Amino acid sequence: MGAKFDVKVLTRNKVFLAGLIILFTVAVVAVFADAIAPHPYDEMNVSLALRAPQPQFPFGTDQYGRCVFSRVIYGTRIALGVGLVVVLVESLIGVTLGLLAGYYGKKFDKIVMFVTDLTWALPPLVMALAIVTMLGPSLINVVIAIAAVSWAQFARIVRAKTQALKNMPFVEAARAFGEGDLNIILRYILPNVLSPIIVLSTLSLPQAILSTTSLGFLGLGAQPPSPDWGLILSEGKNYIRQAPWISIFPGIALVYTVLGFNLLGEGLREILDPRLKL
Amino acid sequence: METIVVIDNVKKFFNVTKGLFKKHLYQIRAVDGVSFEIKRGETFGLVGESGSGKTTVARLVMRLTDPTENTIFFKGKDIFKAKGKELKDIRRRMSMVFQDPAASLNPRATILDSIKRPLEIYGYKKSEIKAIVEDTIEKVALGKELLNRYPHQLSGGQQQRASIARALVLKPEFMVLDEPTSALDVSVQAQILNILLEIQERYNLTYLFITHNLSVVRYVSDRIGVMYLGKIVEIAQVDEIYSSPLHPYTAGLLSSAPSLSPRGRSRKKLLLSGDPPSLINPPPGCRLYPRCPYAEKICREEIPELREVKTDHFVACHRAGELDFSGIVRW
Repeated sequence: MGAKFDVKVLTRNKVFLAGLIILFTVAVVAVFADAIAPHPYDEMNVSLALRAPQPQFPFGTDQYGRCVFSRVIYGTRIALGVGLVVVLVESLIGVTLGLLAGYYGKKFDKIVMFVTDLTWALPPLVMALAIVTMLGPSLINVVIAIAAVSWAQFARIVRAKTQALKNMPFVEAARAFGEGDLNIILRYILPNVLSPIIVLSTLSLPQAILSTTSLGFLGLGAQPPSPDWGLILSEGKNYIRQAPWISIFPGIALVYTVLGFNLLGEGLREILDPRLKL
Repeated sequence: METIVVIDNVKKFFNVTKGLFKKHLYQIRAVDGVSFEIKRGETFGLVGESGSGKTTVARLVMRLTDPTENTIFFKGKDIFKAKGKELKDIRRRMSMVFQDPAASLNPRATILDSIKRPLEIYGYKKSEIKAIVEDTIEKVALGKELLNRYPHQLSGGQQQRASIARALVLKPEFMVLDEPTSALDVSVQAQILNILLEIQERYNLTYLFITHNLSVVRYVSDRIGVMYLGKIVEIAQVDEIYSSPLHPYTAGLLSSAPSLSPRGRSRKKLLLSGDPPSLINPPPGCRLYPRCPYAEKICREEIPELREVKTDHFVACHRAGELDFSGIVRW
């Protein structure tokens, strides 16, 4: 990968740098949640319910007297964790199918592309809703549902790149000296589709986080007393007039994190593919 | 001399289809019945315009694509029937150098990794690999300091020498060179050609040299085959082709090359007017018929077969022998 990845090139891109700084703070919060949060996320104290932000509860308290600040802090772990797992699962499915469809073509390609188009045609959140309703509400089912509806974009991009690469002279040369199909895919094609995969991963992470939170908000994701941001938001919506802080702060945390990933992804895209200045 | 490659009336058609139900639109006859033999130690030059099917022949010989009809033999073995160990054995005995040096090497692998990979596949030991790689890069004049670089950090000539090194590490008997110098500067071309000639002599290599460059092919070849629209129109020794071509197309090709001498510029040219007809609907009869100034009735009706007009001089032309191109060709 040579000079492309040296630190100077990365930090010269302001968009990438901004995303990196935002996500660094998010990651620090997630890792040191225990040290930062003043209270356990599920510690109730009904006598302190619906308190406005104050030194003891920086983001106020909710209807059970739980510290919203601590809940938002712990929620970072869920958002990042679920986001990462979803992207890992969907990229594994999408990249594998895309490589095989692009390389072998013919019937297999037809089938994969048909399923991809089908997934493409349905609104992802509605599909995810249907799947979660079928499997029952839980965080793991949310991961399954979101991955099941969003692997298609990985498959499409990887397939297109693979089709272009498999007729390149360096791949033909490898076939000519007796390289097997599996080795051609892993040694020659995969390393050359890596950069679009990385960009797509960073861009689908915020999508995954948003979908998780949406399903949480609808009560289909994490179950109480989990500090999932979507769940906090939905609990807060009944008190939006008396205690708007319950909803506002997890909302801000969500926007901040998603923004960070979007900036990082856009920056990466510019760095890895200079022709694609949008 | 032992014959090492036999191309036996091989045909390759591409079907062009449209839509979900594969409606058959038309067929492109890229290689339409090509036969020739390559003898051990010689360089067989294959010339033709772009679109004449030269590269498809190269890809067929390397078994990078399957023929529509008939087959190719390598040392007596049908390469398209070989499987498993037999196929691997054929693959290690032949190799290929491609036209575009920048695209011939994996951009994500170092030069060393690319060159030594064939040896790894055939199970050479680490110490052997090191010795062979060092020996090979010396033969192709590739500096040792370049081994840890990536392809984009090399010049075109260096990339092409790395490709040649990779094609050479397994000590093949037969190499297909598909326009190995077309993408390079003239000064680098000569260097690459000389390396190719040197290693040919040292390892007794047999070459199939594909090019559209008439001076290059004359410099390296022993025998030459001329292709036009998927068919071979003439095969002969190199001197024979250049001094007394018998096919109007060959004569046209030779007369169309720009000359360096002021005297040559004023010579009358044999103009093959127009572009080659489409491969989709090749004309019936001789494929040169619509462009040929010597065409007669028979040329329109019958496809000329390749026949031996003089000793070792094969021509596919109804009027071969009658025509005299001596005033037109000036090589």
